Amino acid sequence: MLVVALGITWRYLGSYMAGVFEGRVRYLAWAERPFYRVLGTSPEQEQTWKRYAGSLVIFSAVFLGFGYLLLRVQGSLPLNPQHMGQVTPALSLNTITSFVTNTNWQNYAGETTMSYFSQIGVLTVQQFVSAAVGIAVAIALVRGFSRRNSSTIGNFWVDTTRCLLYILLPISFIAGIILVGEGAVMTLAGPVTVHDALNGVTQTIPRGPAGFMGSIMQLGTNGGGFFNANLAHPLENPTAITNLLYIWLTLSIPFALTYTFGKMVGSIRHGAALLAAMAIIFGVWVGFTVYAEHTNNPAVAAAGVHSTVGNTEGKEVRFGDTSSALFNISMTHTSDGAVDSATDSYTPMGGFGPLSGMMLGEVTPGGVGSGLYTILVYAVIAVFIGGLMIGRTPEYLGKKIQAREVKLAGVAALVMPVTVVVLTAVAASLHAGRAGPLNSGPHGFTEILYALTSQGNNNGSAMAGLSGNTAFYNVVGAIAMLLGRFAIIIPALALAGTLAAKQTVPAGLGTFRTDNGMFVGLTIGVIIIVGGLTFFPALSLGPIVEQLSHGKFW
Amino acid sequence: MVTHIRRSIISILIITAVFGFIYMLAGTGISQLAFRHQANGSITPNGSTLIGQDWSATKCPGHPQGSCVFHGRPDATGPYAAVVCSSNARNCTPSSGGDNPLVANNVSGSSGATNLGPRSQTLLNNTRQLVSYWRSLGVEHPTPDLVTTSGSGLDPDITPQDAIVQIPMVAAATGVAPSELQTLIREQTHSAQFGFLGSPDINVLQLNEALARLK
Repeated sequence: MLVVALGITWRYLGSYMAGVFEGRVRYLAWAERPFYRVLGTSPEQEQTWKRYAGSLVIFSAVFLGFGYLLLRVQGSLPLNPQHMGQVTPALSLNTITSFVTNTNWQNYAGETTMSYFSQIGVLTVQQFVSAAVGIAVAIALVRGFSRRNSSTIGNFWVDTTRCLLYILLPISFIAGIILVGEGAVMTLAGPVTVHDALNGVTQTIPRGPAGFMGSIMQLGTNGGGFFNANLAHPLENPTAITNLLYIWLTLSIPFALTYTFGKMVGSIRHGAALLAAMAIIFGVWVGFTVYAEHTNNPAVAAAGVHSTVGNTEGKEVRFGDTSSALFNISMTHTSDGAVDSATDSYTPMGGFGPLSGMMLGEVTPGGVGSGLYTILVYAVIAVFIGGLMIGRTPEYLGKKIQAREVKLAGVAALVMPVTVVVLTAVAASLHAGRAGPLNSGPHGFTEILYALTSQGNNNGSAMAGLSGNTAFYNVVGAIAMLLGRFAIIIPALALAGTLAAKQTVPAGLGTFRTDNGMFVGLTIGVIIIVGGLTFFPALSLGPIVEQLSHGKFW
Repeated sequence: MVTHIRRSIISILIITAVFGFIYMLAGTGISQLAFRHQANGSITPNGSTLIGQDWSATKCPGHPQGSCVFHGRPDATGPYAAVVCSSNARNCTPSSGGDNPLVANNVSGSSGATNLGPRSQTLLNNTRQLVSYWRSLGVEHPTPDLVTTSGSGLDPDITPQDAIVQIPMVAAATGVAPSELQTLIREQTHSAQFGFLGSPDINVLQLNEALARLK
């Protein structure tokens, strides 16, 4: 059913998004136009890639400062029934960086740290904005391929606004209503105290506006939940239906953007080729992770309890192992990072699935926008390699791929692995870094590696045993997130600029085809080789050695 | 540069108002009108049906504490850890920090899992202690769900099998015949949503409410 739903979404949402960014869909023009007038811009006012990137960076920087201030003065702001105090400087820095970069790494527990004002006015807003910015960059890069002899790649303000208004707002609003109908909590009334006469227990249950935050957090592949337990919390993810809806929301835009790409460049087949590369890797990872989670948890089995259903530690009964594993893979192969089960307690190979999914650069299907622009970077590299093999100047969609394009793509593809590997080495060699993990042995190393991979990829999924709320991890994490976001966006926009300026060459007999199975295979190969070779040594010190150590416990 | 900054500041104010406050307040309004019960946390007279409770301290005259009701899943820092700790003081440290709605009576701490790895010695010890806890209550073969904690620590549900293995314990303490308990469990089992989403489960609070009516 999920596959059918995603297929329909791919076709129709993809086509709708192309309409939105080409300016053909305009039923909300009455809301758009006054906004552009206040900003002093208009859809006709196009930007060069440098101005586009400048707008984006400054917009993000100002938002970063504004959000930081709001978190720091949280205690004096309204909508705070639990009287939460200010957030510490290091944690505020990490949190706001995390939300501005679409990472949503959380070193705090939502229900004990954040006031309703911060959840609404800082975190939810960023879940909309960071998603819109990511999609805008992807669209700008697509324009690089679809335009010729053009010095401009669109208007950042217009692309972001259209994305917010036409795509993110309506879908998340409707999904929010469904989520609340199923049982997600949505109130500003503060916690409630209940007494059970049957067992004499009195509970105080934290509440808040979780349902509508849940819908945008998933649609925008953000993943920063209202509660500490994220989407394992029954008040944010109450049933198997909401669990499935969350998966659909997360995967819908990243997959559909490949259709948008195909439509905007005038060849749906090219979009479908990227979709195929994404879907094949995604399917393989879902397969082996679900299998791994159907095996016994080694520690539970050693205590004499054998399972017929799989590893139940850290999983909720209402989802079960299959849905939990599917959910976890969906969130780490996008940039979402939400969890409905504890990744830390997955079997070694079960934990390898989400970790290696992020290491592949999150292109299968990747975050909203970031998935498409990153896989286009890989496609450029694949075209270049293909061109080398057959000894012709490589072309992609009629654009000659020359030294400058390959350099930019190389930078964009290498920033993330370098950041992650270097920072993990730093964390593992400093006392402040080694103090973080909860578990010992190889699993402790995996927790560090997972944390920096997740932040370097703007994912936000965590092996939550790591105590990340220290000055060290807050600052290192913030650096990883900023590099993982902007050091890829800027080369991607530069690539858009140089491609847009090029003439297209007609395809000839000797042209390397970029819309067939051969190219899909080549792209998959590039993705696996770049991610796999970089991270294999680190992975063998973590989950692989853990998997191979039979009967040993730390 | 100046233009960028001016545009950024203006759009931040407008976007924060529209996509933060108006979106969330409109969402709260609609939810409160259309789904008041769910939006407020599915609260029933004995607690929220979505939040698991601690059943281990239930008073059962003439029988061990907690043996006259069905239990939900254990919790990382919850009562199960405390009960089994007394016999082996060295392993008493809670495996994850913070308090929990299952044990705290005031505004509770954060939700969360144990986060213990699959080859954690602590997880092995905890599981062994949970197994002996269940045996002390007369549950000879506890199921995996009954000796592992959930992702949130608040799991309100158990599987039918988790309830069936508790029948000898509940039957001994309440005097209700095992066959009647079987029927009760069958009645309380919710089948998978739409027949294929998730697996059959039982809400522990509702099961115990039905049991109380039976007694």
